[in-house]
Amino acid sequence: MTLTELTAHELHDRLSRKETSAVEIARAFTQRIEAVEDSVQAYNLLTGERAMAQAEAIDAKLARGESIGALAGIPMALKDNMCTEGIPTTCSSKMLQNFVPPYNATVVERLAEAGSVVLGKLNMDEFAMGSSTENSAFKQTCNPWDLARVPGGSSGGAVASVAADEAVFSLGSDTGGSIRQPAAFCGVVGLKPTYGYVSRYGLIAFASSLDQIGPITKDVTDCALVMNTIAGHDPKDSTSAPVDTPDFTKYLVNDIKGLRVGIPQEYFGSGLEPEVAAVIKAAIAKLEELGAIVDECSMPHTEYAMPTYYLIAPAECSSNLARYDGVSYGYRTEGATDIINMFKKTRSEGFGPEVKRRIMLGTYALSSGYYDAYYLKALKVRTLIKQDFDRAFAKFDVLLSPTAPTAAFKFGEKSANPLAMYMSDICTVPANLAGIPAISVPCGFANGLPVGMHLMGKAFDEGTLLRASYTFEQNTEHHKAKPKLGVS
Amino acid sequence: MLDDFEMVAGVEVHTELWTKTKIFCGCTTEFGGEQNTHVCPVCLGLPGVLPVLNRQVVEYAIKTGLALNSEIAEFSKFDRKNYYYPDLPKNFQTSQYDLPICIGGHVEIEVDGVKKKVGITRAHMEEDAGKLVHSGATISTSDTSFVDYNRTGVPLLEIVSEPDLRSIDETVAYLEKLVQILEYIEVSDCKMEQGSVRFDINVSLRPIGSDKLGTRTETKNLNSFSSVRRCLEYEIERQAEVLREGGKVSQETRTWDEAKGITLSLRSKEEAHDYRYFPEPDLVPMLIDREWVERVRQTLPELPDARRLRLMGLGLSDYDAGVIINSKALAEFFDAALAQFNDAKTLVNWVTGDFLGTLKAKGLPVQLSPVNPEGLAELLNLVAKGTINGKIAKSVLEEMFATGKGAAQIVQDKGLVQISDEGAIAAIVTQVIEANPQSVADFKAGKERAIGFLVGQVMKASKGKANPGLVNKLLQEQLAQL
Ligand SMILES: [Zn+2]
Repeated sequence: MTLTELTAHELHDRLSRKETSAVEIARAFTQRIEAVEDSVQAYNLLTGERAMAQAEAIDAKLARGESIGALAGIPMALKDNMCTEGIPTTCSSKMLQNFVPPYNATVVERLAEAGSVVLGKLNMDEFAMGSSTENSAFKQTCNPWDLARVPGGSSGGAVASVAADEAVFSLGSDTGGSIRQPAAFCGVVGLKPTYGYVSRYGLIAFASSLDQIGPITKDVTDCALVMNTIAGHDPKDSTSAPVDTPDFTKYLVNDIKGLRVGIPQEYFGSGLEPEVAAVIKAAIAKLEELGAIVDECSMPHTEYAMPTYYLIAPAECSSNLARYDGVSYGYRTEGATDIINMFKKTRSEGFGPEVKRRIMLGTYALSSGYYDAYYLKALKVRTLIKQDFDRAFAKFDVLLSPTAPTAAFKFGEKSANPLAMYMSDICTVPANLAGIPAISVPCGFANGLPVGMHLMGKAFDEGTLLRASYTFEQNTEHHKAKPKLGVS
Repeated sequence: MLDDFEMVAGVEVHTELWTKTKIFCGCTTEFGGEQNTHVCPVCLGLPGVLPVLNRQVVEYAIKTGLALNSEIAEFSKFDRKNYYYPDLPKNFQTSQYDLPICIGGHVEIEVDGVKKKVGITRAHMEEDAGKLVHSGATISTSDTSFVDYNRTGVPLLEIVSEPDLRSIDETVAYLEKLVQILEYIEVSDCKMEQGSVRFDINVSLRPIGSDKLGTRTETKNLNSFSSVRRCLEYEIERQAEVLREGGKVSQETRTWDEAKGITLSLRSKEEAHDYRYFPEPDLVPMLIDREWVERVRQTLPELPDARRLRLMGLGLSDYDAGVIINSKALAEFFDAALAQFNDAKTLVNWVTGDFLGTLKAKGLPVQLSPVNPEGLAELLNLVAKGTINGKIAKSVLEEMFATGKGAAQIVQDKGLVQISDEGAIAAIVTQVIEANPQSVADFKAGKERAIGFLVGQVMKASKGKANPGLVNKLLQEQLAQL
């Protein structure tokens, strides 16, 4: 196996045994990126020189005989909505094309302390709004399994880079499925942690009450290792939970005997592709074979999850994105006639159509006379959806569904129809509304395209998700499959 | 005042809270720094930043609420008030909407001897905006505008009164009292010239005898009591003219032109912003525990009304007590001096007379007085013990202001100790009688006034140090023997 195909824990073992060096690993990734990036288009920006310097620092540590952490010298990359001091952070938007943050996101600080090597910033749907990464203002990221298809979104670049071995792991953000849906489309592991587990400080906000940063990795073990680094209370984020974090690797146990798995019927609705359904069915059978106790269940408010999400997320986004006005940073229109005109032109020219659509939806939902009927109602339904989960988790340890109702679709297939695009997140959105953790794990292929198994757990019970995912992974081969890049 | 209409007014007071750092970040709140130096990613509203609430802001809000007799909410939260303006880096202001920290309350005022309780509707916390500087008169007539974000994120408390004010005097009395309380409890420096306190005035008129409210206007951003007075004088006259001509006052927001002394329409009701308030998702709701509230209550100082009553109990007149409590610094000076010199009535005469007079002449605030409370008490104790007389004491006080030296020191250095030795004074009296036969003759002829001249001559001969009581007594005795 070449270095770029290895997981973080495999590379760490080799580094510790001095079978390779951090610089050698970084160089291997630079070459890999050179070889495949033209086809995949995952990166908005490469930070090769900095990466090399970080790698050299790790090698110097090793040379001094010091021990290194699990992620030290491991090349990774960041979705381009996480602020990096001195490095452009664009949200794949014309609005922030030239924005260079003067500070680091908390996760970036934690990765730096851990000694990770940052390869660059990854393409995404503009301001994380979308499910195919087609809403990027800069480029189309392709699915490494089929370059004519989307990688999913909004963390398309983050997922494609890992699937194409252009990074060992990456960090994405998930507001309604933006880590898990693309992880499923590209055959990698993607975790959306419990809301409040990972600091949002420095994550450019889309919808504050839903956004959460999480790991995108090649296997479940790496997922636990990344969580060990990024999870934990941050005094800079008032919504970050004041809880102690466990060593997530202790949940990497190959045993799910007696695990109670609920199958919510509402997640297997009419939009579900039969081929995807078949793969999920086989995965369920595998879990049963491994000792899980599987039973069907009902979550009656699931059908309201999408309308609820499309009121709350746009409402918050309309306010969060109000700051992009051309006054003190970011894009500013040329030749405005007055201040109102400058605001209007700057925002008309700086934002793409999907962002504008959501800002308008959200502004409307919060307007006087409509607030009670839309936003307030949505908050109430959000509570009902949470209660559905509370009831289900009284009976089950995890809930299982497909991550997405389809496998990766073709470019342009849904971009003209926003509602069809939105339905791609139908299985992932409820976990964001409830604030609970959820993971997508590779579980097979439908027509040659990866399919993800979606497991949802109780708040702060990432451990059970990791144990179930790890056991499934240890007893299947799906995660070992690699896309043959260049074959369309 | 009008004789055909009654005014109905309510006031929103925005006061900057006197914290060291801003409400949601660690930047200093200090006034007057170089533009855009008291800023960080958080108060600049850069992409990705999050607010963290300054606990001191909540504590000051609680303290204010307690001083205003408000109920302190057990559950309170922040909301976003959305509107576009370039002094607002996020284009929303983090404020409080339906669950403010202080609910209800009142302030007692007195106008022309009549006491009245003015209701407080609520008080809520919010962040201040930045400051715009235009190349022209307004943002729309300027080629260039600059924005200074130093003030962005300075904590504000907005205190909203009920529409209980019925005259300009009441309105000004309410504001003076409110500012006095804020100063007393030390939650705000109340420097109005620096914009630490700003007033929005809501006012309407109704025919005298009517109990229906008229249509009101809101005039924003006044920053002195005199502006409030002038603004109301103008605005109620303007509204009265409209009504007398059979017109209707339009509900609108107005602005005060200080130079011209007029209010101008800013925006109509139709143009009013829809602020699209919704709960701030980046902050968690506050659960304010009762123990905390009680701890804050313990830190409340004696408030102006209580202080006034206590001073009157010591024998001060209503007027004198009012002068002393008017400023917290003076009231504290008075109490500190009283601790060392316990004749309150004598003390108040000195404080409101020579002491304040000299400070005023020198243009100094009480806080910067060269004579401290202990020093004044020392001087008055010298008078009380008969070491010096009152007239000498006045000149000693002047010397204390000029040199900063203590009273006893000055008395000793200059040999000002009062002469109370009867023999010594009797000798001077004899000399004065001998030297002024004409005055003595006048006195004998029944001109009582002549004795005053003779006393003056004795005092002069003793360089003012003779005990005036003894001088009088001995002079009378010797004259009687002639
Ligand atoms: Zn700041």
